[in-house]
Amino acid sequence: MGKRVAKEVSIAIADAVKLARAEVIAAYPITPQTHIVEHLSELVANGELDAEYITVESEHSAISAALGAVATGARTFTSTASQGLALMHEILFIAPALRLPVVMVVANRALSAPISIWNDHSDIMAERDIGWIQLWAENGQEAVDLVIQAFRIAEDRNVMFPTIVNIDGFTLSHVIEPVELPDQEEVDDFLPPFKPKYKLDPRKPLTMGPVGIPEIYFEAKKAQDEAFKNSRRAILRVWKDWAKRFGRVYNPVETYRTEDAEVVLLINGSLAETAMTAIDKMREQGKKVGLMRFRLWRPFPMQEFRKAVSGIPVLAVIDRALTPGGVGGPVATEVRSALYNAARRPRVVNFIAGLGGRDVTVEDFEEMADRAAFYLKKRPKEAYEMIGVRES
Amino acid sequence: MIPELTKFKGYSIKNLPKEEPLAPGHRACQGCGEILALRMAMKALGTDVIVCNATGCMEIVTSPFPHTSWRVPWIHIAFENAAAVASGVEAALKVLKRHGRFPKSRHVDVVAVAGDGGTADIGLQALSGALERGHDFVYICLDNEAYMNTGVQRSSCTPFGAMTTTSPPGARSIGQMTWKKNVPQIAVAHGIPYVATASPAFFLDLMNKVKKAALVKGPAYVHIYSPCPTGWGTRGEDSIKLARLAVDTKIFPLYEVIEGKYYLTRKITKPKPVEEYLKAQRRFRHLTPEIIEEIQRRVDAEYERLVKLSEL
Repeated sequence: MGKRVAKEVSIAIADAVKLARAEVIAAYPITPQTHIVEHLSELVANGELDAEYITVESEHSAISAALGAVATGARTFTSTASQGLALMHEILFIAPALRLPVVMVVANRALSAPISIWNDHSDIMAERDIGWIQLWAENGQEAVDLVIQAFRIAEDRNVMFPTIVNIDGFTLSHVIEPVELPDQEEVDDFLPPFKPKYKLDPRKPLTMGPVGIPEIYFEAKKAQDEAFKNSRRAILRVWKDWAKRFGRVYNPVETYRTEDAEVVLLINGSLAETAMTAIDKMREQGKKVGLMRFRLWRPFPMQEFRKAVSGIPVLAVIDRALTPGGVGGPVATEVRSALYNAARRPRVVNFIAGLGGRDVTVEDFEEMADRAAFYLKKRPKEAYEMIGVRES
Repeated sequence: MIPELTKFKGYSIKNLPKEEPLAPGHRACQGCGEILALRMAMKALGTDVIVCNATGCMEIVTSPFPHTSWRVPWIHIAFENAAAVASGVEAALKVLKRHGRFPKSRHVDVVAVAGDGGTADIGLQALSGALERGHDFVYICLDNEAYMNTGVQRSSCTPFGAMTTTSPPGARSIGQMTWKKNVPQIAVAHGIPYVATASPAFFLDLMNKVKKAALVKGPAYVHIYSPCPTGWGTRGEDSIKLARLAVDTKIFPLYEVIEGKYYLTRKITKPKPVEEYLKAQRRFRHLTPEIIEEIQRRVDAEYERLVKLSEL
């Protein structure tokens, strides 16, 4: 059994990357990802992790070098946030199309302008269509577990897709939490060495990344889409295996006290922990409220999500990003779309909260739950409302 | 002198490798000087290579799925990142060898290939990063002096006065208004062990330089002049003639910089006038005698500077 220690989550993530025996790390420093890559640099410098650490000159080169490394057959890790993720944008689409299973931790942070180093989800929400598997961690233990799982999922021969683990910048990355780090033998047993079927090797030459003429481009994208949707099965298989080995259960959609709930809040990431406190408080007051969050965001867990919301009267989606001029926050927009054809669906109301590091308190969650309950009787006039923003 | 280089006897007509890592049947234009240069470079390198190709003419003409001209492992990710991709490949080979996951004794040359736009403009940062970090790889810039793949737009390697679709001559323009960016000198400034310029008109020299670039440990940069009949408005059959003229007029001098020391690999003692080179191409036909004179002065001065560097 692994040992339970108190660790800053970023340090624990770096330790998880070490336990996964990453062979190449290519990263460029950006707040709030820095503690992860600093600790990885230390691990490589003092010989605890026998890997090549490429100190690239930009995030664009970080992801480019990572793809070169993984294409050559090395287990590869990178990490970034915010502007760094945005700078990678062009290359992010290429990774899944070439089926290059790099693992990346994104320490979610607001996008400029105004420039902000603080947490929200606008960086990752701008990358919904990149074709990577995307996972959300709520706490340090989940971050550690998901990082180790991410390598196994990404590198599964039936998957071969790059994978992102989202952790909230500062509110998760920089907090000290009790985490259980598995033993090396346990991880080795769970995660075999990376052996891709296709790689850059002079003994067996192949052409990677050719031109897709109109006669083939569409078919290539369809094949990618189908393979991506099919990765769901492997993800569930890995989580089942993880639960068996480590006793911690992972589901595509996580719910909390939703059984008889009239109002369910939906929020991704670490603020779900605060939301749980609010739910407990409201439950004590006799309010029928529950909580839901996506652990698996891509591929979208349609089946599990529809099941999780079935019978719920009001779903209050709390977005941590803005879609200017759109029809709601990005999560709400997708949720509404996912439910449109469902036989029975909850009323979906949408709140935007916690942009650029603005605190979302227990009281804020209570307010959102109360407003959502009110909207059960009366339809909201607007597609979304902002919570916790000063009006004057 | 670098020990790996002193052992190298060099290619001659008698010992040219038979392998063609870059197969014929690609879709390059007739008379393309760039694909000729790339073929020679690949012949020099052999088959124990991994090629990281930037977006551009060479990438497009050699890889229309389901066909490929590459008999060696080849990857294309994007335009500006060939050097970064090569960094990752090189790092992976190192660690895989250490972990016993790739044969230790098998040497693989990692090669990045890009055009002048992918090198001097959009890819300069990635190139600089990879050179500075000291990866053991060869960077080959195939310089056809404009963005030919997108239809002849100017790059920072387009020569002064040249007409391109984004540097058209007009009432207020003589064509390209800036002097060609000197990328080999930028590479030299990184303090890397090997930098060279080469031309397909001097193919043995080109092959030997590419091979030396592969032999040295650490980063090496080879800048290859690549005539483009389509973009320059020249006849396909004149590409090699033009490449020779560029060297003989001192416009594209051939040299090596080994551990910071300059060597002129073809000294031009009786230079031909630049006019002869310029007149042979449609892209320069609008130039007035005054501008041609100005180009001549600049070419002479730059060559003089290079001679002085080689005498240091």
